[in-house]
Amino acid sequence: MAGSGTAHLRDSDDIVLRVEDLTVEFPVGRGRTVHAVTGVSFDVAKGETLGIVGESGCGKSTTGKAIMRLNPIKSGSVTFKGTDITHLKGNTLRKLRQDLQMIFQDPVSSINPRRTIGNVVSEPLEIWHKTDGGDALVDRVLGDVGLDPAIARPKRRHEFSGGQCQRICIARSLVLDPEVIICDEPVSALDVSVQAQILNLLEDMKERYGLTLLFIAHDLAVVKNVSDRVAVMYLGKICEVAAPDDMYHRPAHPYTAALLSAIPVPDPDVIPDTGDLAGDLPSPIDPPSGCRFRTRCSRATDRCTAEEPLVREIGPDHYVACHFPLIGETAPPAAETPVGSPGSPNGSA
Amino acid sequence: MARRITATDHPTDEAPLLEVTDLRTHFLTPAGRVRAVDGVTLTLERGRTLGIVGESGSGKTVLSRSIMGLLPKSNVERTGSIKYDGTEISGYSQSEMQAVWGPEMAMIFQDPMTSLNPVMRIGKQITESLRFHLDMDKKEANELAVGLLRSVGIPEPVKRLREYPHQLSGGMRQRVVIAIALACGPKLLFADEPTTALDVTVQAQILNLLDAQQRERFMATILVTHDLGVVAGRAHDIAVMYAGKVVEKATAKTLFSSMRMPYTEALLESIPKLEYESHTRLSSIAGRPPNLANPPKGCHFAPRCRYAQPQCVEEEPPLVEGDVPDHHYRCFFPVGTPAGEEALARNKAEGRTIHGDDVEVDVSVGGGAN
Repeated sequence: MAGSGTAHLRDSDDIVLRVEDLTVEFPVGRGRTVHAVTGVSFDVAKGETLGIVGESGCGKSTTGKAIMRLNPIKSGSVTFKGTDITHLKGNTLRKLRQDLQMIFQDPVSSINPRRTIGNVVSEPLEIWHKTDGGDALVDRVLGDVGLDPAIARPKRRHEFSGGQCQRICIARSLVLDPEVIICDEPVSALDVSVQAQILNLLEDMKERYGLTLLFIAHDLAVVKNVSDRVAVMYLGKICEVAAPDDMYHRPAHPYTAALLSAIPVPDPDVIPDTGDLAGDLPSPIDPPSGCRFRTRCSRATDRCTAEEPLVREIGPDHYVACHFPLIGETAPPAAETPVGSPGSPNGSA
Repeated sequence: MARRITATDHPTDEAPLLEVTDLRTHFLTPAGRVRAVDGVTLTLERGRTLGIVGESGSGKTVLSRSIMGLLPKSNVERTGSIKYDGTEISGYSQSEMQAVWGPEMAMIFQDPMTSLNPVMRIGKQITESLRFHLDMDKKEANELAVGLLRSVGIPEPVKRLREYPHQLSGGMRQRVVIAIALACGPKLLFADEPTTALDVTVQAQILNLLDAQQRERFMATILVTHDLGVVAGRAHDIAVMYAGKVVEKATAKTLFSSMRMPYTEALLESIPKLEYESHTRLSSIAGRPPNLANPPKGCHFAPRCRYAQPQCVEEEPPLVEGDVPDHHYRCFFPVGTPAGEEALARNKAEGRTIHGDDVEVDVSVGGGAN
């Protein structure tokens, strides 16, 4: 798994966001590099929710931030509404962020504790001099996310619960009427009951504001619930891309299957899975050669060590980067396609 | 210094390992008396796992810390009885409790990052309690620590002993925390949201590890979590807490097959399930737990309950026993009974269903957070 390739990219007019061969690396001193994201490609159509799922350290948040241009992009490209935004700078880059907003994992720490909620939510409007009718707009978004504007506006963040703070963060990202919102683990810091409120709210807001969402999370059950398409990531690479229900019924990648089996089932008769997935994520400083998942995969062979699997179609709108997927056929031997040479972590990127 | 408590000298096998009766922990704050735990009664036998489930602010963490005597003395009022192995420990002083922590009771905390000392080697943190409680010398303790690390599934344990917490991943750190908790062979293990800070895959690993260790050592475990899914396959008994009280208590099988408390039902329904089709609307619980300094009259859950009737707002339901022995709940209109069905139908007819999809009309701002 953990493969490169662009087979799953669609060629359609309504693609809002397209990421191609994105590579993000961070130097960590003594000449070493963290290969956080290596050769990741995906696209998001207008009005669609793309879920990105994977363990901590798989590069999913790095990818989200790189799209926002908050992380340096080493190579590859990010295209937003037909414009390549990979190399935008200064004012053009700032302007872009009106259309691309982000919601972060910890709602409490992403709100300035010393400012009133009215101030926090209206700040984007002030920055862009859209203050005409701003008050009414702030009231409307606060109302839309389920807070009473009159009560909420003069208060500060410590007077709100975690779920309410996340509502405020959503209101703040909506106030500029963006095209795309990148949600980086928006519910992992919340209780299950509040999580359901926020997930429902995101679905409502998506419909009301005509949003396109990039939903990043580690819990496949959560991602499955909100997404139209799911991409599974592992150690900086894409493993599988499919529609959520298809992925749940017929996972192709051994890693996807392991992620599915790890989710606790609220039924005492279901014996908890004893874990297909042993061990930890390997270090992204020195990722395994070939398929990056091979060190934890029960199906791995020599071929997985030598040759990096490329993303290929194994069913209608179902793509996998694995030589020996759980469904579909074994990958044909690669001849003409360039593959990562053993030992090179980003050979085909 | 490692003085054992009398309980271990006179083991009374007939008595349950832990017997908590009418435990109340109140915090005296400027905003008033916060009833974080308000009259909890529970028993736990050796080798059993009790799951305590509830939202943030339901008092589940305060409950486990009260039992372990980990709360500060000032501005905390704790009443009720805590019997451990037949011995009353609620009156124990800090120094008396020190003999209990480790060999008798141990706790695993939620966040493995903050519960380990960042500037102390892993080995030192594990052997500290061994040397204190079991009077081991350095070499002996180190050997045992290696064995402990191996038993919690940490590769290369000898090397790890010399490392610091930041050199380990989150899952590995939680394994170290578990090793520390298990070091002195406790008979009662508290796991306070042990996997909430971890990924789902690591969560499964850690829960499996706890399961295995519990069976191997015949420990009693109290597993505190907000996720019913986590306790479903792991706990023998489940107690659901809301606003400082146990609102439903049963064996795991009974609880899931015939839950009576609307709160339990709502908690279960709010979990996104894999078998749902994508974009299934989740039913969430509107609002949030009440302000415990000034809890509502009547049933504390009534303002958020879709079964609620006028009676619920006026009168507090007592803990009653259901059809199945050992199934207790606090509700006048229990789920799955004619009374409950009728209440729900009446609310629906009158358009009074307070349920998740209603936008949170902000009743709680300025409430619980003060």
